[in-house]
Amino acid sequence: MAEMKDITKYKTGEHILIKGNEALAEGAVRAGCRFFSGYPITPQNEVPEYLSWRLFEVGGTFIQAEAEVSAINMLYGAAAVGTRAMTSSSGCGISLKQEGISYIASAELPIFYANVMRGGPGLGNISPYQGDYFQSTRGGGHGDYRVIVLAPNSVTEMGNFPYLGYKLADKYRIPCMVLADGLLGQMMEPMEFKFDWVDINKLPPKDYTLTGCKNRERRIINTLYMDVNILERHTWHLYQKYREIEATEVRYEERYTEDADIIVVAYGTSARVAMDAIAKARKQGIKVGLFRPITLWPFPKKRLLELTARSSKFLVVEMSIGQMVEDVELSLQGKAEIYFYGQPGGIVPTGDTIKNQISKIKPVSDVSDSGTQKLNSQSKVIYLNDI
Amino acid sequence: MIFKRPEGLTNTPWRYCPGCGHGIVHRLIGEVIDELGIREKTIGIAPVGCSVFMYEYFNCDMIQTAHGRAPAVATGIKRSHPDLICFSYQGDGDLAAIGTAETVHSAARGENFTIIFINNTIYGMTGGQQAPTTMPGQKTTTNPYGRDTRIHGFPIRVCEMLATLDGPVYLERVAVNKPVNVIRAKRAISKAIKLQVDNKGFSLVEILSPCPTGWGLSPKSACEYMDKVMLPYYPLGVFKDLIK
Repeated sequence: MAEMKDITKYKTGEHILIKGNEALAEGAVRAGCRFFSGYPITPQNEVPEYLSWRLFEVGGTFIQAEAEVSAINMLYGAAAVGTRAMTSSSGCGISLKQEGISYIASAELPIFYANVMRGGPGLGNISPYQGDYFQSTRGGGHGDYRVIVLAPNSVTEMGNFPYLGYKLADKYRIPCMVLADGLLGQMMEPMEFKFDWVDINKLPPKDYTLTGCKNRERRIINTLYMDVNILERHTWHLYQKYREIEATEVRYEERYTEDADIIVVAYGTSARVAMDAIAKARKQGIKVGLFRPITLWPFPKKRLLELTARSSKFLVVEMSIGQMVEDVELSLQGKAEIYFYGQPGGIVPTGDTIKNQISKIKPVSDVSDSGTQKLNSQSKVIYLNDI
Repeated sequence: MIFKRPEGLTNTPWRYCPGCGHGIVHRLIGEVIDELGIREKTIGIAPVGCSVFMYEYFNCDMIQTAHGRAPAVATGIKRSHPDLICFSYQGDGDLAAIGTAETVHSAARGENFTIIFINNTIYGMTGGQQAPTTMPGQKTTTNPYGRDTRIHGFPIRVCEMLATLDGPVYLERVAVNKPVNVIRAKRAISKAIKLQVDNKGFSLVEILSPCPTGWGLSPKSACEYMDKVMLPYYPLGVFKDLIK
């Protein structure tokens, strides 16, 4: 058992100080990851750097691939033979991986990957950004598919989401990703692993992996269906799976929503900063709450709509020019006023900046001649950046 | 019985054109799988192209991959489970155009798997477009006046290129246009896979193969064309053999 203790590195619940990217990497190994391939890109480099020695310690495989395109296809191979595999990148690298992710989604193989977002489009910059929401939540690659998207907002979640990620990926045979950003990846803060070391030898056997056809029929992993009726059947099968995930795997966090007149909707780093703004606004007697989607797909549409029973104003804050705001708009079905504040460029807004946006919103609807109402008649979403 | 279908192949009818070389090469691989007794631990990788359907033809575990990515998939398989035997089967467009990076780097890393590379100088399935190995002067559907090297560049000699790397242990070019060459092709396939079984490292067998449909020739004249035009440009032989 002494050897075992050495491999597991940290006790469950032990308080440690660690960088977000390293917590993600250690969490993945702890959750059973034994294969990583990736390509260097800032701001996620600590993930491959950490795994290059850590996977070696646990008898796993680390490969620095020649390109992201190759890296994701190495995962396709590793997952096909039943290994818990992982890759990580930032937005522009994920763009290259989308081809492989599409194949993996169709082949229904479980993989886990992370996008530690940087500025974009193009080469952008290496600062924290939330511009890859569409890329993540809309499948991203070609074809009719979905991936599960988990959005952490702390180093603790960075370290613990790999466990959830592999659990969901295995359960639904689906790619599952963490959508973080440069701030969550680069910052250090105290955290703890809340799950026990996963013994990979005790994971349930999979009846679809390629292990050699000894004593059984051969198995085929394939994504080509020339017969339109068979592709149709395959796609409806994926559809059923996605509906089940939407019904059972929605995750979110709420703060002070019970009495909130205004609800800030934000994920990841934006949500973290928004809490500071909410505390400041509440000190001034403005009743503000936070709704933080943890699963960006499936998006917590139903719960957001329920919240319109109490709150009539929602402020979406994103470190982008507005992407998740479209999902909020769809969720609220015109039953509340939607405000948006975006901070692009790779700049993290301060609590005061968000607090100032909250102050622009009148807590109680005033249908007289306010500028807000005039804007509202033209557009469902009121862009506070313009006011 | 003195002649039968190898255990390594299913009894699914092949959908290849008359005179196509894929059927010959499939059969050779099937025989080698039988002779080495590795069917129950072999994973075959199907490419994109005419041979994509080979996952239906081989009687072992199979995976179909994106265009050009087979060597990356093979890397993931073999690094996770070194005890499995893994071969990819790729055409010239797959291996030497869209998948050049995967090919070169898996060779450079010396990954312990085997690539069976079919060079028929054309994109067969998509309708006969120019391949990276298309001969100078050869007409295709994307250069109807023939490959002009001043405009379309030069064909790639894959074995020669990979032979500059330290990673591969075995590189040989063979052909399947006549019985003597078919016998040599089988020997090369067998040697390449045997090296993998012995954990020796990266092996690739380039097989010059006829595509009568794509070339606009009869099966017989396609085989003669290979001798006359292809073989002088793509000389047969061993380009690397570290384990003699």
